[in-house]
Amino acid sequence: MPFIPHTEEDVRRMLDVIGVEQIDDLFDEIPADLRAKTLEHVPEGMSEMEVTALMHARAREDGQPLCFIGAGAYDHHIPAAVWQITTRGEFYSAYTPYQAEASQGTLQLLYEYQSMMTALMAMDVSNASLYDGASGLAEAVLMAVRANRKSKSRRILVPRALHPAYRKTVRAIVGNQKIELVELPFDPATGKTDMAALTGYAGEDFAALVIPQPNFFGVLEDVDAMTDFAHANGILAIAVVNPLAMAVLRPPGEWGETGADIACGEGQPLGAPLSSGGPYFGFMCTKQAFVRQMPGRIIGKTVDLEGKVGFTLTLQAREQHIRRSKATSNICTNQGLLVTAATIHMALLGGEGLSRVAASCHANTAGLMEKLCAIDGIERAFSGPVFHEGVLRLTAPAGDILRSLAAHNVLGGYDLAEDYPELGEAVLVCATELRTEAEMEEYATKLARIMATRTQAKCPVEPKFN
Amino acid sequence: MSNDVPNELSYTKSHEWVRVDEEGIATIGITDHAQEMLGDLVFVELPEVGTELGIGAECAVVESVKAASDVYSPVSGEVVEVNELLADAPETINQDAYEEGWIFRVRLSVPSEVDELMDADSYAEYAESEEH
Repeated sequence: MPFIPHTEEDVRRMLDVIGVEQIDDLFDEIPADLRAKTLEHVPEGMSEMEVTALMHARAREDGQPLCFIGAGAYDHHIPAAVWQITTRGEFYSAYTPYQAEASQGTLQLLYEYQSMMTALMAMDVSNASLYDGASGLAEAVLMAVRANRKSKSRRILVPRALHPAYRKTVRAIVGNQKIELVELPFDPATGKTDMAALTGYAGEDFAALVIPQPNFFGVLEDVDAMTDFAHANGILAIAVVNPLAMAVLRPPGEWGETGADIACGEGQPLGAPLSSGGPYFGFMCTKQAFVRQMPGRIIGKTVDLEGKVGFTLTLQAREQHIRRSKATSNICTNQGLLVTAATIHMALLGGEGLSRVAASCHANTAGLMEKLCAIDGIERAFSGPVFHEGVLRLTAPAGDILRSLAAHNVLGGYDLAEDYPELGEAVLVCATELRTEAEMEEYATKLARIMATRTQAKCPVEPKFN
Repeated sequence: MSNDVPNELSYTKSHEWVRVDEEGIATIGITDHAQEMLGDLVFVELPEVGTELGIGAECAVVESVKAASDVYSPVSGEVVEVNELLADAPETINQDAYEEGWIFRVRLSVPSEVDELMDADSYAEYAESEEH
């Protein structure tokens, strides 16, 4: 389908037909002070040659540092075929196709994506994706409030050990919808969500409990106990998981006695490169019983009048183009292109490949933590087992140390000072499957040198001769 | 007007019907006309037993392949029973809107509210006028 904008002539003719002088007149009823002024900070256009030069210059500024930062987005190997196939003309669109008769290939791919995600999460159904992990969690919270008909409250239990950006996003999206977020502290020794604090809420009315796996510190939560606590108290369990971790850990559908009710998270580890924060994609799965409360697009498989298999958008009656303000969500689309990449990525790696990547990340991070903790002034902050990230506590200012490392071409980790001041000087580090033994050694050597200059007593400067 | 509009029931402009028994319990569903407008129903979201409904409260959703519509309570009172059959067989409403396809039952808190509703003739006329 060609996508050609209207020519000036088209616009003129349409305006003439409806008897309007100019396009701006169509917005007459909007008070002048509410209208956007001209955009003053948008620069003039540039030629392709100028843009190329600018982008090369920007890329040089970034350099090619060794990346040991995770904190929600991870540096993984992406097979070359993934984006080669994704950017083929047949797939190269960010849009969810509305016309099933013209879009069977894309719809089939999205259906395959949903099948892969339900297998990875051990859940009944998946949607065709959401914008990103953080807004996906906000949608999961809204969904839980709709779906939990036993709960009369609009209160949600949210661990402090959940990604800080996710907590901020959820607050921003649901905060004005009379939903109250109640923070659960973490155990300062293990880094896990404090079970005693959680069980202290037994008998109280909550709509949902958010369970991160792993949590922001990389630490594995007691997901079975948390899920069972939720269900024993009429609370829905929302899993927020790293999809790669689910290749080696028990998936949300198998947590506790009956499994989590909703599973969501960030899809970036499945084929999306690190790129200044995006675009990434969010995923969401749920139990069959809640499918009508799930936001977003769902692709269904069916047969046509002749009995041939076909794919189609399904459960649209609850969406905003039909239900208007009463729609399940204002999300009526998905991250089609990123999901295309994720589907091809998962298909190329297969279940075993994903498990091997996950296991390799875990082993690398364990090795890195061991090397770094052998340095004077550095220790593990938490005793809880981790997936592929961990928190180091330093005896020197973390911000300064990380700046020095960056000057030596090493991105040494994520400084936790701003989000978790109670941890003191603490850094979240990650070593994915991409980091080699030599690179980890390089990191350890540089860090040891920087720490030594910071922590060792200064050489006493005494006059040699009196 | 081809749709069935039983004489003994009361009706609303939002296409619900009401049948009140001698104990003051109102049985509520959607009309034959409404089910035909919606087409094949695929899902019915039922209210919770014990919920107190005000007159006009949104209390159920009927979803067809082309639309999802709210059902409004024609009367005020407490929900005492819901038609669990509809969870697995929403098409019952298409097949038998006035008997097997009832949606929920309410204990009337203001019995006189029923008198304000339309009778069969008025509803038949209203439904027909809406079609044109």
